[in-house]
Order: sequence, then structure tokens, then C-alpha cells
Amino acid sequence: MIRFIDVYKSYDNGTKALKGISMRIDDGEFAFLVGPSGSGKSTIIKLITAEVAPSEGRLMVNGYNLNTIPPRQVPHMRRTLGVIFQDFRLIEKKSIYENLTFAMRVVGASPREIKKRVAYVLELVGLEAKADRRPDELSGGEQQRVAIARALVNNPSMIIADEPTGNLDPQRSLEIMMLLEKINELGTTVLVVTHEKELVNRFAKRVIAIENGRIISDGLGGYYNNETI
Amino acid sequence: MEGFRSIFTHGLMSFAALCMIICCLLIMGSFSLVAVNLDNMWGRYEQQNEFLAFVEETYDDAQSRGLERQILAIPNVKSVKFESKGEAKIAFAEGKEENDLYNSLPDEVFRDRYHIKVDDLEQLTATVAQVEAVPGVADTSAAPKIAQGFVVVRNIASGVAIILVSILLLVSLFIITNTIKLATFNRREEIAIMKMCGATNSFVRWPFVFEGLIIGVTGALLSFFMQWGIYTLISRAITGSDTMRLITVLPFGGMAGNVLIVFLVTGFVIGVGGSVLAIRRFLQV
Repeated sequence: MIRFIDVYKSYDNGTKALKGISMRIDDGEFAFLVGPSGSGKSTIIKLITAEVAPSEGRLMVNGYNLNTIPPRQVPHMRRTLGVIFQDFRLIEKKSIYENLTFAMRVVGASPREIKKRVAYVLELVGLEAKADRRPDELSGGEQQRVAIARALVNNPSMIIADEPTGNLDPQRSLEIMMLLEKINELGTTVLVVTHEKELVNRFAKRVIAIENGRIISDGLGGYYNNETI
Repeated sequence: MEGFRSIFTHGLMSFAALCMIICCLLIMGSFSLVAVNLDNMWGRYEQQNEFLAFVEETYDDAQSRGLERQILAIPNVKSVKFESKGEAKIAFAEGKEENDLYNSLPDEVFRDRYHIKVDDLEQLTATVAQVEAVPGVADTSAAPKIAQGFVVVRNIASGVAIILVSILLLVSLFIITNTIKLATFNRREEIAIMKMCGATNSFVRWPFVFEGLIIGVTGALLSFFMQWGIYTLISRAITGSDTMRLITVLPFGGMAGNVLIVFLVTGFVIGVGGSVLAIRRFLQV
């Protein structure tokens, strides 16, 4: 669960990125976070992943109070999250299989667990036949599937996807969104940050719209149905 | 394993760091060994060091012997040994050719004297002045300038060694920090992914620290054997030379253990310290 209570975030250069954000995303939910460039979406992701700390207000993520979290607890909090990026961020010199095992090794998983879990997520994203390929041998859509598999491999309770379809064509984008929907149906909370109107409108999901550091609407598909960004 | 592989991936910088550590340790080691040898020679000189205090000619034997207590009471005087005129004559004649000629000299040609040893050679001048101030002491025979010269040389050598070693240590630390920083920079994306997956700082840091450790310890071991070779060559040259035979060179074997420990500790500190400094910035994700 994510809980923002009147959160403000100002950077050292004086930029006021967030101006009193309050929202709650419950366990098992699927939500889109939408808004134009510079609206504060990236800051929200950075706050959730504890890359930056809120300037004011309270922030809870999966039971951790990010206002008071000690630095040594941050890695443990991050293990409850799976993060997906627009540019995939795969390690080019490692195979798909190694990219996934690497993500499990860093959290100290046993070889037996790694073998079992990697096989499961590869099957889930439909890439079990390409496990020994390197990222540059795969298409953009396939690379994003690998990134999703990596985000899932440590069995997080929540997936945060930052513009996951930004580098993909409409068909691949739809496939990725359907995959995320499937993951959500399996019980994982999913928060997708995007500005792709058509894609958001194809799914009847909660949409939180943010502009200029403030939430301007929060509801089922509401914002994009009537407005353009 | 990652750390070990990284040494070869960034071969040139690793080699530069290794060479820097070797240079630093060799110069540090050489200066330290020169200082140890000087100290040893100094100690021997101090042990042998004594000066003579001559008693007034007008003093009889009893009066002359009576000065012993006063001289012993002077600070820094370690021991005194009285030598009568007759004993002085015999000592003077000893080892000289045709010493029968000297034996025929009357004892009065010589003066009663004290052989005085001091604790601290650096205070020789002050001690000699105090001995000269004792009523009944006519003159002294000491070489405070030579002693002072020795002190100055040793102090300069120690000062230069400390400054050079400090500079070299800092330069080595800087080079190894940059080597690891370069390796870290090339892998910053990987580190960011690791951090995002929930890796702890120690998990990320360990391969880099290991890399620094390998470079530091390898540098220390190579330097040790090179130092051994250089020292042996120089000591052979000194002992084989007629002009430098007064210089006593300590055998390396007796100091090898200490040199190895100092090199290993320094290599460890530079290697591990450099890595920890280098990686610090990249862990703040």
C-alpha cells in the first residue's frame, strides 16, 4: 500500500515539484499516474523508491514510513517493489537468464530459489525460449518483458512502471499493458506512470492525474476521457 | 569474482595503481631502512661515546680522585672512569712503535683524567660545559660538532622521509581511488539496478573493495621482494667498497618480517581505503 498525506517536495535548486499530494493506493489495486512533463510524476516515483525524501508531509510505502526510514532499511523496503523503466535498463553483457538471476542474487536468494523463480517468471512473460539471448538480440517489446520479469522475480508486492511503453509501438505497448494487468490479477499492486492517452483509455482502471505538482483528478478513467494533455 | 574480473577489465588503470603503490612502498621502505641503519649506527656511536676531562696539574692523586663524585652528579653523565697520570702514560704508549721511548718519560708529562660517558649525545655540548665548570677540571677533549652533525643528518633524513612518504601515500590513494572510480563509473548503471532491486550498500561495495585489496596486497608483496633485492645489492656494494667500510649495514633478513608487515598494512590501507572512498558517491542512490 502507498499512502501520501499532504506531501511536498522541493529540490535544492528551488524547484517545487510537489505541492500537497494526498493519495492512497491499496494492495491489489491497478492505477495509472498521468500528467504532462514536469508535472511531478517522476518525483512521485523517486519518493516511492526512497531515492529522495519528502520535504513535508507523510509517506508510507508497503508498511515502511519513508519519513523516518533508516538508510539500512531502504534496501529491504525496495525489495517489496519491482521497478520498470522506459529504457528497460538491462545489463547488456549478461544473458536474459543472468539478468534475472543477478536481480535475485543481490537480495541473497539461494541457487535453488533462483532456479525455480526465474523459470516461473520467464514463463509468465513468455520468454522461456529466449533465456540464453542477450538483451540486444531481442526486440523492444521483448526487452521490456525481461524488465517486467526482473521486476517480478523477487516476488514484490507492488510493481512501479515508469513509462513502460514509451519506447514501444502501439501493438507492443498493448501487450505490455495486458501483461501488467495479468500480473495485477495475480495479486500484485501495479502503478503505471504514463502519458499515453489511448492506452490508458483502453483499460477501465483508476487514473490519478497530476499537473503542476498537484492532483487534479482521481477516478476510474476520468481524466483522459474528457481532456487532452 | 566480480572484483577480480574488474582488475583485468580496467587493466591499464589497475596497472597504474599497482605501479604507484610499488613506487610509494619502495621509496617509503628505502627511506625507512636508511633511517633504521642510521639509527643503528647512531646507537653504536652513542655506546662508544665518551670524552675526556683533564684534571688540574696542581692536584695530587687524592684530590683528582675526589672529583669523581662531582662529575657523576652532573645530569646526562652515565659513567666516569678515573685514569691516573701513570695509567695514561701506559695507555698512550700502548700499540705505538718503539714504546720504550715513551716508557722512559716521567708520569708528570701526562695529566690525571676522567673518561666520561653520556646518556644523550644530543646534550653533549651542555654536559661538557658543566664538566668544565667543575673546580679542578682544567680542560676537556670532546667533539660536540661531530655529534651535532650526526643529529642534524638524522633529523633531516627523518623529516624528508616522513614528508616524502606522506606525499606518496596520498598520491597512491588518489590514483587507486581514481582507478576504482573509473571502474565504478563504467558500472554505474549496473549499480543503480542493483540498488533498485534492493541490494545493500555492502553487497555493492564488496567487489570494488576486493579489487582494491587485491591491487594493494599484490603491490605490497611485489614491493617487498623488490626492496629485498635492492637492499641486498646496495649493502653488498657498501661492504665491498674500501671507502665506505666504516658504514655498517644491517642484514635484511633480520628486518624482513617487520618490512613485510608494514608493506602489507600500507598496501591494505591504500587499496581498501581508496576503494571505499571511490564507491561512496555511487552508493547514494
